[in-house]
Amino acid sequence: MTLTLSIFLIVSATLFCIGLLAVLSRRHAIFILIGIEMMLAAANLNFIAFWRFGPQPQPPTGVMVAIFSIAIAAAEAAVGLALVIAVYRHYRTTNVDQLDQLKG
Amino acid sequence: MNSIAFVAIAILTLAAALAAATLQKLMHAALSFAVTFVGVAAFFFLLGAEFVGLVQVFVYVGAVAVLIVFTILLTRRDVQDTGKPTWSGAIIAIAVFGGLLWAILRTPTLSVAAPKVEALTVKRIGEVLMTGYVWPLQCVGLLLTAAMIGALILVMEEKP
Repeated sequence: MTLTLSIFLIVSATLFCIGLLAVLSRRHAIFILIGIEMMLAAANLNFIAFWRFGPQPQPPTGVMVAIFSIAIAAAEAAVGLALVIAVYRHYRTTNVDQLDQLKG
Repeated sequence: MNSIAFVAIAILTLAAALAAATLQKLMHAALSFAVTFVGVAAFFFLLGAEFVGLVQVFVYVGAVAVLIVFTILLTRRDVQDTGKPTWSGAIIAIAVFGGLLWAILRTPTLSVAAPKVEALTVKRIGEVLMTGYVWPLQCVGLLLTAAMIGALILVMEEKP
């Protein structure tokens, strides 16, 4: 079996859809953040795979995008978890279905 | 690239991701999340981007997973996902996967083998980061500072 680009894309699509499943079917805020991080990792995997299978030699653009994406994902995780803690302090719950005070 | 290593890493990563998405106990899901990101870093090593793999291990397994575990311990009251699993989410995820799979398999230009590539050294990454990508680098530094201050302000105790 030779490894082609489509096999890597299928793996990253599977990872993305597992993350989407976690975001859509879980009601706990931390689980939703875990799902979002998985979807971001799947996107990074796509960037690296397209860089590796593209015409060579080329500047390492895909690697650069992946590095910046990891940094931004880390910032997003820090702010998201701080928000979870702040919400937990006010409402004593992290279930996103019970945070319905703004619902009309 | 070794196809046996690829299959092993793929099975490990996807099984850990599925466990993180479906386990009921929060702490078990957080640990499966860490294993998932070790698997993704192994994919980066397999693809020849060793530096990104190392960054992935440092940032995700070293920092984000620990942050998630701390948050779970600080919000201890409901450590289980009490909501019923919704079938609509699973149906939407499977539909999206079907669409992506159809698009990937329908594109003939994607079934190419990997070309020969010279090793991407950290020196080269540093050169590119300091020449062509210096403005994005500064912006990311500013963003990380803003995120750190924002997170601190969000969790600060309010004075009564």
